[in-house]
Amino acid sequence: MTTLIETFAGVPAGSKLADALKMRTEILRLSEAAHDALLLPRDPGGLSHALRAALAARMCRHVGNDALAGHYDSYLAHTGDLDVAPLAHPVGTCGEPRLDAVARHADLLTIAPRAATRQHIERLKAAGVSEPDIVRLAELAAFVNYQLRVVAGLKVLKGVQ
Amino acid sequence: MSEPIHNFTAKVPTWSPYVTPVDLETATPEQLKAMKVTPSNTGFSRYVLTLAHDPESLEVRSPLFNLIMYGKDGLSSAERELGAVGASVVNRCVYCAAVHASRFIGITRRTDVIETIFADEREARLPPRDQALFDFATKLSTTPVEVGADDAKALTDAGLSELEQLDLVLSAALFGWANRLMHTLGEPRASTPP
Repeated sequence: MTTLIETFAGVPAGSKLADALKMRTEILRLSEAAHDALLLPRDPGGLSHALRAALAARMCRHVGNDALAGHYDSYLAHTGDLDVAPLAHPVGTCGEPRLDAVARHADLLTIAPRAATRQHIERLKAAGVSEPDIVRLAELAAFVNYQLRVVAGLKVLKGVQ
Repeated sequence: MSEPIHNFTAKVPTWSPYVTPVDLETATPEQLKAMKVTPSNTGFSRYVLTLAHDPESLEVRSPLFNLIMYGKDGLSSAERELGAVGASVVNRCVYCAAVHASRFIGITRRTDVIETIFADEREARLPPRDQALFDFATKLSTTPVEVGADDAKALTDAGLSELEQLDLVLSAALFGWANRLMHTLGEPRASTPP
């Protein structure tokens, strides 16, 4: 099975980099399993599948990967949840304080994680985000940023071969 | 309770979460299952107990972390640690930087490399191969991503094989993940809080 990282990195079959990726198939498989655990979890808690897809698309747009954003847009469209759809865009809001606070935090985690402090977590709590959902949100943002960087790194390596 | 640590250090601090960790007494079977394998193998640290709020991702992340950082062949362990340190400097994750700087020093005994990185951060001037690795890792960690063809060419010029280059991408990207947990869900402190 071709994983998302391979699809979006577009490494040509038969290249030395493709051969290197074959040595790391278990890492690619586990990366795909992490994607499934964060985008389509059995227990989504207070972060619905639609919200997770919208936030993932938003983060991809922040980092400038429109192709991967499109993948998450298609997940969002599949859920049919129009209420959270505006959050898929970098400055979009949906008017629901808890969800807008979650989107702002996803922005911080993507753009300036170094600036994160205890106060940002307190603001999430004040907006009604539960502690388990705070951890779920951090894992989602952290994973999407990992995936974006693996794809970006592979594209750069592919370019110089 | 000891004061939070804000400066880079190779002396590993403790980590204090901003959210309440899962209580082992009331953990669900799925949370207990997910906590079994931990990257550091130090048992149920407060970090793992915090991440247990999301057992589905924790269960996958731990083996993925171990394969990327401790897998056989390809990039040396020390150079994977250097990639982790590069990302942690950009994201200012003082805890991750301390753990992985101390592991780099443990393997190589090269305290000078870490001292230079902690003093000068992204301006650090290092021996050529270290420089190529460190710069690639830091530029892959910024938003937007800054890494480009010149940085990849520098890796080839420094003698890294395709597999070693791939392993560097994976270790630096993995810390784009780890830093976003460790630095945003809690803070490093000098000693164990009461």
